[in-house]
Amino acid sequence: MQEVELQDILTSREDGDYIINIGPQHPSTHGVLRFVVSLKGEMLDYVIPHCGYVHRGIEKMCERLTYPQIIHLTDRMDYFSAHMNNEAVSLLVEKAIGVEVPERVKYVRTILSELGRIASHQLWWAAFGMDMGALTCFFYGLRDREKILDIFDESFGSRLLHSFICPGGLMNDIHPNFQKRTKEFIKYFRKKLPEYDELLTGNIIFEQRTKGMGVMSRQDAISYGFTGPCGRASNFACDIRKKYPYSAYDKVDFKEILFDEGDCWARYKVRIAEMWESMKIIEQLIDNIPDGDYTAKMKPIIKLPEGEYSQRVETAKGELGVYVVSKGEKNPYRMHFRTPNFNNLFPISQLAAGNKIADLIAISGSLDLIIPDIDR
Amino acid sequence: MNSVGKYFSDIFYGLKTLWKGLMVTGYYFVHPRQIVTEQYPENRKELQMFDRFKGEVILKHDENNFHTCNGCGICQLNCPNGSIEIITDMAPNEEGKPVRIIDKHIYHLSMCTFCGLCVKNCPSDSLAFSQAFEHAVFDRNKLTKILNQPGSRIKKEPKAPKPVLETAPKSNPAN
Amino acid sequence: MPFNIYDFSTTTKAIDTFLKTNMSPTWAFVTELAIVGLIILIFYAIIGLYLVYAERKVCAFMQNRVGPNRVGKWGLIQTIADLIKLLMKELITIRKADKLLFNIAPFIVIIASFMAIAAIPFAKGLHAVDFNIGVFYMMAVSSIGVIGILLAGWSSNSKYSLIGAMRSGAQVVSYELSVGLALLSVVIFSGSMQLSTIIESQANGWWIFKGHLPAIISFVMFLIASTAEINRGPFDLAEAESELTAGFHTEYSGIRFAFFFLGEYMNMFIVASLAATVFLGGWMPLHIGNLEGFNHVMDFIPPIVWFFGKTIFVIYVIMWFKWTFPRLRIDQLLTLEWKYLLPINLVNIIVIAFIVLMGWYIK
Repeated sequence: MQEVELQDILTSREDGDYIINIGPQHPSTHGVLRFVVSLKGEMLDYVIPHCGYVHRGIEKMCERLTYPQIIHLTDRMDYFSAHMNNEAVSLLVEKAIGVEVPERVKYVRTILSELGRIASHQLWWAAFGMDMGALTCFFYGLRDREKILDIFDESFGSRLLHSFICPGGLMNDIHPNFQKRTKEFIKYFRKKLPEYDELLTGNIIFEQRTKGMGVMSRQDAISYGFTGPCGRASNFACDIRKKYPYSAYDKVDFKEILFDEGDCWARYKVRIAEMWESMKIIEQLIDNIPDGDYTAKMKPIIKLPEGEYSQRVETAKGELGVYVVSKGEKNPYRMHFRTPNFNNLFPISQLAAGNKIADLIAISGSLDLIIPDIDR
Repeated sequence: MNSVGKYFSDIFYGLKTLWKGLMVTGYYFVHPRQIVTEQYPENRKELQMFDRFKGEVILKHDENNFHTCNGCGICQLNCPNGSIEIITDMAPNEEGKPVRIIDKHIYHLSMCTFCGLCVKNCPSDSLAFSQAFEHAVFDRNKLTKILNQPGSRIKKEPKAPKPVLETAPKSNPAN
Repeated sequence: MPFNIYDFSTTTKAIDTFLKTNMSPTWAFVTELAIVGLIILIFYAIIGLYLVYAERKVCAFMQNRVGPNRVGKWGLIQTIADLIKLLMKELITIRKADKLLFNIAPFIVIIASFMAIAAIPFAKGLHAVDFNIGVFYMMAVSSIGVIGILLAGWSSNSKYSLIGAMRSGAQVVSYELSVGLALLSVVIFSGSMQLSTIIESQANGWWIFKGHLPAIISFVMFLIASTAEINRGPFDLAEAESELTAGFHTEYSGIRFAFFFLGEYMNMFIVASLAATVFLGGWMPLHIGNLEGFNHVMDFIPPIVWFFGKTIFVIYVIMWFKWTFPRLRIDQLLTLEWKYLLPINLVNIIVIAFIVLMGWYIK
């Protein structure tokens, strides 16, 4: 496997290379992403990812919206971690104007983030199985995810894009059935998750296709900013929930999952183990939601004091960073999102070079990329 | 000898894992009760969305065709992408003073992102989400709706406290 | 043999004598050929269509969903509707594609499977061509199909098709060895390559039971190798949907695509019926040694029902494999064949030869 510099990749196409295009419409890249792949027989020489097909100018749009209005745009970046994206902006605003949210809000926000994490990992498992060729995995993953979507539907009215966590607390209070449904879901999913192991994890074909594939060393993971489950599979302890706890994460007891092989198999196992850990977190919190208000008292027009603010949260894909420069008005002067998928995508040339096309699919599946997050 | 042993143990390990996978799909094959598909057009009568389902924004009208919108325009200010347009008019009220009334409350369903800011921030609590989910039309102009029904007027009533959505039952305080 | 009531050879002999009395022998022969050809054509079309339907239903049930159920009761007319749609599609001709090869490639695939169906014994007397080298003939004609695949991939003038066809060619050629050796095991047991003799020799029990362990190993390897032969299941790299769009038949549209599609399902039927004939007894009912009463009861079920029942069982197992396992990569596929299946097959053949010499099996 050759070490390739990003600069070299972007300028290295020569005549005589056998170039094929994978994407932008392709059943296997989860979103509109184009890989320009150079092949030597069946082996990959280099891969150039071309993103930007779903660029909507979210950061620019934020410059003329007020802070509560920005929440609905953050939903649409990484739509499977919608709650966590909303939480990032809300925490930043609350920190900047110095408002303290009630305990109830913190607990509910944590539970919603963990439910969102499980839902995101379920969909990742479904899509990864499908990419590998085990088409039934897709349906099992989605079937189980429907239960979480029903929980969300009942409390917030929408299944995917909620805009529920807003600066000051929550948009509304949770539904009375929320706790009951969540507990039922945990009971149901604890029985179903071992099935995932029997179908895909334990399968020898799957093991052979993912072990030793796309190895990312710890040094490289740190220098590329390869966070989230991918980074933790390379032994990079980057879980924001442990390092810089926010909401109710300092009150719960959970493990940070680390493996040190750094290949596709380790990335797979990290996510399955994270699903178990998320269920543990939810179980610790669900019965103890304190009573109280579902929002703190906020002014009708939120103006951040002049200055620069930032906030980091752990989404299902990695570390999301929000950075705001405010000139004291009700719109941010500049808003920037450091999205995890952007940093997870670009090392793909280094990971995939020297392997076969089938491995490119396995590697990009294990990175769990959500393309709108890359493009914003 | 070690490699021969490993050869055979690989084969048996492989066959065992494959067998376990087959059992999972085989189980679902012989249990058709586990089918989760909903037969959509046939079950329309029984389909019930959840109470809080965000179908589309409507202006609440009671049985006498009264609504409570006074045309303040706060929903229009809050909407992030301009899906609401308020056209107001001046008309005399019971005392004869000209006050602002709502003429047309235009709602662009095609642009709405269902963020809920209009419903939450309405001071007279006149907007709500309905549970209609079948919005497909052949003509895009049908997606621009006028929310106040013809002939409806604002209802004048003493100031009632804004209703709160039902909350979760009281649970034990956190330890 | 007590199943004379279901003996089709009386019917066929009656038709034969009727034709010979009314026309000259040559014309009678030609008419017989035409009748058999027509029956096989219709059979091919119907079975192909309903296999597609069966696959969609089986995979739907495994995936917790319903499958086609709108077109006709239980969706039975679904595939016919799909066929009509494919017939009406435009046949896109590609610039710079080799026109002759592009057009004949689907036909080669179909011809190969037609020739193989001719030799399958459906019931006693319902056997179109009863060669004395039946097994060898089936192996030989099913290898013609790979030429169709390679031609399709090459003449499409597209990189994706070429990659898919090359992979498929390597795969099919390698797995033919395993298929042949697995079939050879039963040939050694029964002592003849003629399919009807093999079936007759299973009158006191199927070879999978009589040949105990080596026959079971052969059967499993036959199943794995033939799934790879027909480009299906975990070995469908040539048409891997999520990787290379559709592999070697990407550029085909309309009826040409329908031929490839149909050819794949008919190959599955052929391979399943070969497994049923050779290992599971073909149209022979389940007999246990000399238990007269039990055998008599089993004989009441018509042999053709036995034949289709066993074939359907093997088809179900092949479909089960496809919908459960992830796909193998090309090098893993070839490793499986050359390093695992082939050595085990060879050792198995030697063991079987030894067993037959010593008589350590149920004769």
